[in-house]
Amino acid sequence: MKILVGIKRVVDYNVRVRVKPDGSGVDLDGAKMSINPFDEIALEEALRLREAGKAAEVIVVSIGPNACQQQLRTGLAMGADRAIQVDTEERLQPLAVARTFLAIAEKEQPGLFIVGKQAIDDDNSQTGQMLAALWNRPQATFASEVQVEGDTATVTREVDAGLETIEIDLPAVITTDLRLNEPRFVKLPDIMKAKRKPLEVIPLSDLGVANDNTLEIEHFAPPATREKGIMVDSAEALVTELKNRGLL
Amino acid sequence: MSKILIIAEHNGTELNNATAKCVSCAAATEGSIHILVLAADGAAVAAQAAGIAGVEEVISINHANFAQVLAATQAPEIAAIAADYSHIYGPSSTFGRDLMPRVAALLGVNQVADIMSVKGPRSFQRPVYAGNAIIDVSVPEGMTIVATIRMASWAAAEGGNSAAVSKREASAETPTHSRYIGLKTEGGDLPDLQSANRVIAGGRGLGSEENFQLIYQLASKLGAGVGASRAAVDAGYVPNDMQVGQTGKIISPDLYMAFGISGAIQHVTGIKDAGTIVAINKDAEAPIFEVADIGLVGDLFSIIPEIEAAI
Repeated sequence: MKILVGIKRVVDYNVRVRVKPDGSGVDLDGAKMSINPFDEIALEEALRLREAGKAAEVIVVSIGPNACQQQLRTGLAMGADRAIQVDTEERLQPLAVARTFLAIAEKEQPGLFIVGKQAIDDDNSQTGQMLAALWNRPQATFASEVQVEGDTATVTREVDAGLETIEIDLPAVITTDLRLNEPRFVKLPDIMKAKRKPLEVIPLSDLGVANDNTLEIEHFAPPATREKGIMVDSAEALVTELKNRGLL
Repeated sequence: MSKILIIAEHNGTELNNATAKCVSCAAATEGSIHILVLAADGAAVAAQAAGIAGVEEVISINHANFAQVLAATQAPEIAAIAADYSHIYGPSSTFGRDLMPRVAALLGVNQVADIMSVKGPRSFQRPVYAGNAIIDVSVPEGMTIVATIRMASWAAAEGGNSAAVSKREASAETPTHSRYIGLKTEGGDLPDLQSANRVIAGGRGLGSEENFQLIYQLASKLGAGVGASRAAVDAGYVPNDMQVGQTGKIISPDLYMAFGISGAIQHVTGIKDAGTIVAINKDAEAPIFEVADIGLVGDLFSIIPEIEAAI
C-alpha cells in the first residue's frame, strides 16, 4: 500500500506573528518557514506504518511555488520515498487543496492519505474532511492512535468528550492530532540522501482543478488585548477580591 | 432574508450547550433559525432544541444510522436538505469541525471556520495564526454559507421557547465504510471543562500526579471544571482531554484560576476569552501575570489550603 502525506509550508510555530499596520496581512518577511507541525506528525505516522511493514511507499505532496520544495526535501530527509510538488503561485483555499489532493490520489491510488488536523497559519481544519468527502471515502480526524490491519484502520480520535475509537475501510483519510507521535529529527546523512530522491513537479493547471467558490478575505487586525490586572499579596486578599467581584 | 440551519450537537439524549451558542450567532446573522436533529430517536433532544429562544422550527430525522455520530454518515443527509437554506451552522467543537467541512465539500463550497462575530449576513470575523490575527471574511452571493461557530465567542441563547418540531424521513444514502466502536471519557464527576463557569487549572508547578489532587479538591469545593497546561499533560499528571490551549480546549469560563502555569502563548490562546483570569505562580516573572486580572506570587502548596480555608 502507498501512503500519501500532504505537507504545507507555513511560518514556523516559534515565530511571533504580527499583523501589518495597513491590515493587508501578516508580516512574514524573512520569517523562518517549516513543515506545518501537524503535517510533520502525519509524515512520521506514515513512516512508522511503512517501518512496521503496513505500507510499501510514502509520498509527500505539497502545493505551492518552488519555495515549498524546501519542505518536501525535509520530508524526504525524514524518510519519505518520493515527493510531488503541485506548482502554483496561487494561494489555494481548502476546497481547491482537497480537489488537488484528490487528483493526486486518483493518480497514485494510495491506501491512506494522511494530513495534519489543521495548518497553523489559516487554522481552517478543513482539507482532510473535504478530501474524504470528494473522494467518497472514510475520514478519521484528530487521530491520536492509528492501527492498520489488512483493509481496515482502527483510529482513536481526540474528541471533546474524551477518546473515541472508530473503524474505517481503506482507502481513507486520516488527520493527525498532536499526541499521535513525536516526529524524528533529521540527520545530516539523510539530508544528503534526500537530494537524490525523486521530486516530481506537476503544474496545477495540468490537474484541471477549479479554484472557485472561494471566500473573500478583506482585512487583518491584531487581536484585542487584555488590560493589565492587579497583584495581591495573600490567599485571603485573593479570596476577598474574588468575593468583591461576585466570583465566589 | 437568511434561512439558517443549525446542526444540533448531542449525545442521543441531551442537547449540548454548543447548539444554543450557535443560535446566538444565528440571531446575530438575522434570519429564520431552524435546528436539525439527527438521531436514532431524537424526541428528547428535539424537545430541548425547541426550547431555545429564537428558534422557529426543529427538524427531527430519526434513523438507526444516526445512533452514533459519524461525519461520513451525517454529511450526506445535511447536504440533502441544504438547498432550503442560505446558511448552515455548526459548533466549532470536535463534532462540528469533523462534520461541517465534509458538508461544505459536498456542496462545493469553502467553509467559514470559527466565527467570532458577525458583521453582516454574509460577512464574519474569525481568528487565524492561533488568534494572533483576526480576519474579515465575506462569502460571495450565490454560495451556501457553511460555517462553524467559535464557542468561546458566543453566550448560549436563553430558553423558554416552544418551537414546532417536524419529523422527516432520512433521504440520503449512508455509507457503511465507517463504523463507531466506542468512547472513553476520563473526566469523572467534575463539570465539563468546556462549559463550566469556573475552571481550576494546574501546570508543571504541581510536580506530580499525586499533587494534582490539590487541584481536584479545590475544584470540587468550588464546583469547577479542571484544566491543565500542556506541560502538565506531557508530564503525565493528567489525561490529555484536560489540556487547555491552542492545541487543546479553548474555553471562556467566568473565572479561570491557573496554579503553577507559566503562561506559554499557546496556553494563553486557550483562555483569552475567560471573564477573570487569576494566576498563582512562585515565579514573579512568569508570563501568565501579563494576562492575569489578579495575580499572586507564592507557593501554590501553601496557597491552595489557605484559599480553601478563606472561602
